[in-house]
Amino acid sequence: MSELTINPGVELRNSRLELYRFRLRLALASAFVLGMFCLLFARFFYLQVLQHEHYDTLAEANRISIVPIVPNRGIIVDRNGVVLAHNYSAYTLEITPSKAGDVGALVDELATVIEITPKDRRRFKKLTEESKSFDSLPIRTRLSDEEIARFAANHYRFPGVEINARLFRQYPQGELFSHVVGHIGRINQREVEQLETDGLDANYRGTDYIGKTGLEQRYETHLHGTTGVEQVEVDSGGRAVRTLSRLAPVSGNNLVLKLDAGLQEVADRAFGNRRGALVAIEPATGGVLAFVSKPGFDPNLFVEGIDPLNWKELNESPDRPMVNRALAGTYPPGSTFKPYMALAALTYGKRRPDQAISDPGFFNFGGHTFRDDKVGGHGLVDMYKSIVVSCDTYYYMLANDLGIDNIARFMRLLGFGSRTGIDINGEAAGILPSQEWKMRRFKQKWYAGETVSVAIGQGYNAYTPLQLAQAMATLASGQLSPPHIVDYIENITTRSRTAADAPPPRPLEVSPEHLRVIRQALVGVNQEGTGARAFAGASYVSAGKTGTSQVIALKQGERYVEGRTAERHRDHALFIAYAPADAPRIALAVVVENAGFGARAAAPIARQVLDYYLLGKQPAAPKPVQDNGDDTAD
Amino acid sequence: MTPLIRRATRFLTAHVDAPLLGAVLLLLALGLIVIFSGSNQNPLRVTTQAANMLVALGVMYAFANIPPHYLMRAALPTYVLGVLLLVSVALFGDVVHGARRWLHLGVTRIQPSEIMKIAVPLMLAWYFDRYEATLRAKNYFIAAVLLIVPVALIARQPDLGTALLVFAAGSYALFLAGLSWRVVIGLAAACVSAVPFAWPLLHDYQRQRILTLFDPMQDPLGSGYHIIQSTIAVGSGGVMGKGWLQGTQTHLDFIPERTTDFIFAVYSEEFGLLGNTLLLFLFLVVTARGLMITGNAPTLFTRLLAGAVTLTFFTYAFVNMGMVSGILPVVGVPLPLISYGGTSLVTICLGLGILMSIQTHKKLVQS
Repeated sequence: MSELTINPGVELRNSRLELYRFRLRLALASAFVLGMFCLLFARFFYLQVLQHEHYDTLAEANRISIVPIVPNRGIIVDRNGVVLAHNYSAYTLEITPSKAGDVGALVDELATVIEITPKDRRRFKKLTEESKSFDSLPIRTRLSDEEIARFAANHYRFPGVEINARLFRQYPQGELFSHVVGHIGRINQREVEQLETDGLDANYRGTDYIGKTGLEQRYETHLHGTTGVEQVEVDSGGRAVRTLSRLAPVSGNNLVLKLDAGLQEVADRAFGNRRGALVAIEPATGGVLAFVSKPGFDPNLFVEGIDPLNWKELNESPDRPMVNRALAGTYPPGSTFKPYMALAALTYGKRRPDQAISDPGFFNFGGHTFRDDKVGGHGLVDMYKSIVVSCDTYYYMLANDLGIDNIARFMRLLGFGSRTGIDINGEAAGILPSQEWKMRRFKQKWYAGETVSVAIGQGYNAYTPLQLAQAMATLASGQLSPPHIVDYIENITTRSRTAADAPPPRPLEVSPEHLRVIRQALVGVNQEGTGARAFAGASYVSAGKTGTSQVIALKQGERYVEGRTAERHRDHALFIAYAPADAPRIALAVVVENAGFGARAAAPIARQVLDYYLLGKQPAAPKPVQDNGDDTAD
Repeated sequence: MTPLIRRATRFLTAHVDAPLLGAVLLLLALGLIVIFSGSNQNPLRVTTQAANMLVALGVMYAFANIPPHYLMRAALPTYVLGVLLLVSVALFGDVVHGARRWLHLGVTRIQPSEIMKIAVPLMLAWYFDRYEATLRAKNYFIAAVLLIVPVALIARQPDLGTALLVFAAGSYALFLAGLSWRVVIGLAAACVSAVPFAWPLLHDYQRQRILTLFDPMQDPLGSGYHIIQSTIAVGSGGVMGKGWLQGTQTHLDFIPERTTDFIFAVYSEEFGLLGNTLLLFLFLVVTARGLMITGNAPTLFTRLLAGAVTLTFFTYAFVNMGMVSGILPVVGVPLPLISYGGTSLVTICLGLGILMSIQTHKKLVQS
């Protein structure tokens, strides 16, 4: 209060005059306010009384309503024209809750005329919770002609219920492409806001669906098309009387993929019901030929709004079918890392190809014993043999000659540990360990002992199957072509094709002579090494490398025994390969989760995929793999 | 027991101004009714706005209980913070619908220009009060600069509606603080003669809006469309209106922004001249009560603050209704207490809370 009462004596003189002047101005302002309100009132009087008839006539005539016409969504096909996503037209039974009154009773009543399953009810309930009450929401889709006739006869009993012809998205291949093509779903509030921000809301008037995952999401702007407009004369109740003009919608563009549906199917089948991922790439272009993540899910469940039970099942399954393992799953590469380690050693001059070590079967470093899989060791091992028999000791010894930062520097050239930029969202970057990374992540310095584990693809290493396939393709072609799924986008009216923008390839800066050494060793793997069993009798020459990656760390001196380990803690099986060896047309990486040795679980999958792609050979019925222990060296 | 309850009630309501609160509550109720119609009977919009109202009334109550001298202390820091935020918007703000108005603060986005609607009159009132004894031409000049800086920053975003309201708030403070008549008249003349020079500085869409005002038919499907349609809505409402939820212009999608800037067209179509008169009356009650509070305010600070807040409220209402009925160009100004939207509602109620505070703390000062 003190501020308000300073120097009362001094200010008293002035303040009366001041207050008078202030009130004078305030009175003027009040007169201004009153004058402006009178002006408004005069304007209202003019519009609403004097000109009322004129405007009333205008409003009566003003019965032209603008109705959006939703465009057909572009379809998605593989490289051979096999349809992966398309639309079909069907009659749906729709309820507008705001017009319907008691929706529950209405649905019960409807069920006496048209079959409504409990699943339909659950789905509808979820839809109503997510939508506005004046939206027309489907309770049943794909009505038969008979059902339509039955409803039409009873239509008068059901206010707010209508039959509409609508286009639906369908994924004819079901689970097979769930993790690549993705799916659409009803537009949610967040997406509405995003569309508004992007200034696209006008084009989405009348559209209920939007791409949620995979290519459907990434290529949404291409697939959606341009909404058309119909000018309709309506009566005073808002019902259409006749069409005045029509601007046809422009259908969305089609996507033509690099993927080969046949190959995808072979790969998918080869997994059986094991979990894992497979990515196959065309080395010369980076085009993705197969992109499998197992298990998948049926994307058709999402199109009309997923029913809560299915949703719960998908979300709570321990197999996590919603996770895109090929894109976002990260795995230690295991021994599939060795060929790149060898190439790094050649490039940085730390090893010559013929330089051999003597392998006792273990390696002591800093008071810790690193063991090789083969008890007693592999004897004299040069670079070729180190890859062919997958000798750990060779790489234990190499580890600190290279040093972690050189390893990281070299592996980055092959794309390890950074996103490939593939045309689907949600890619994981993986972990390419280095001194700097560990400091950033754990605020700890790097220990030389950790480099030893990294050298055989264990330790902090974690890469996506996509990165593993990309690195294999890079080794096969000598250049890194960033992987992409869409080949070109086709305008269905003009039939013009636009190539999807793929980033340019980057040459791999290593000597061709060094590359030749490594490639030769990879061929050796499939001829006389750990991959020989899986590739016995192949009529083409292939290159490959097995790998097994630990899910849990073993204690010092402990040996891994598969039978004793819980299924979810068993090792992951890996295999990378390309073929034909002299002019590679396909490079791939396979990860089979908790399946044990790469040679036994992952290599046969790769064999089936290569056989199909190179020879067109459909695999025989899956045969059980027997275990006789001699191909377990890894 | 009863005297205790009575004392408690008196304590809790000591700083609430009944006439103001009454008019505000009536306007808010009217708002909910119109929003229901304008949103095509979407109950979600109504409940969301009701929640906004509860927040806004809470803010109003809180500010009614803050004695004016606390506000005085907050004036300078609020103003400085507001200007800094506006500068950061200009540098790092988010662009939404082509205008850079929003600032990301981690979890939430804010529109700092909204703060200036209160901060500018607060600052000017504080400034004049501080130099009350020795006011000279120099002080008016400094005050004008304090006003122009935020207005220019807001106009640049561009957000002409808000810039206009902030400018109006500051100008009212300058005028009430006794800006020389010669300057007032001189400025008015200068403004008129500056039009040809300011014209090229406007954005295309702003120019278009002004041209449209003089001849809406020159672009009937483009920028003139909104004015034509809203004028038809108002005119076809007639004396009695078409009745609640019965407006054809509203429900056949002819009126844009039916729950926000153009909500008055919906109201006017459905409730007619009678409804408009009621609305004008309620706005007049709020403004008149505000001017009474201003006239009786004890200090220069409270007088200027109350005056500026009241006249800004009037400007909101006048500009919005003038725009919808086609006598002012289209600027983004909501109809106070009626339009859907939480931000402006909170700002307006905050201002009304300040008015209540000035009215109810006066007695304490005088005694």
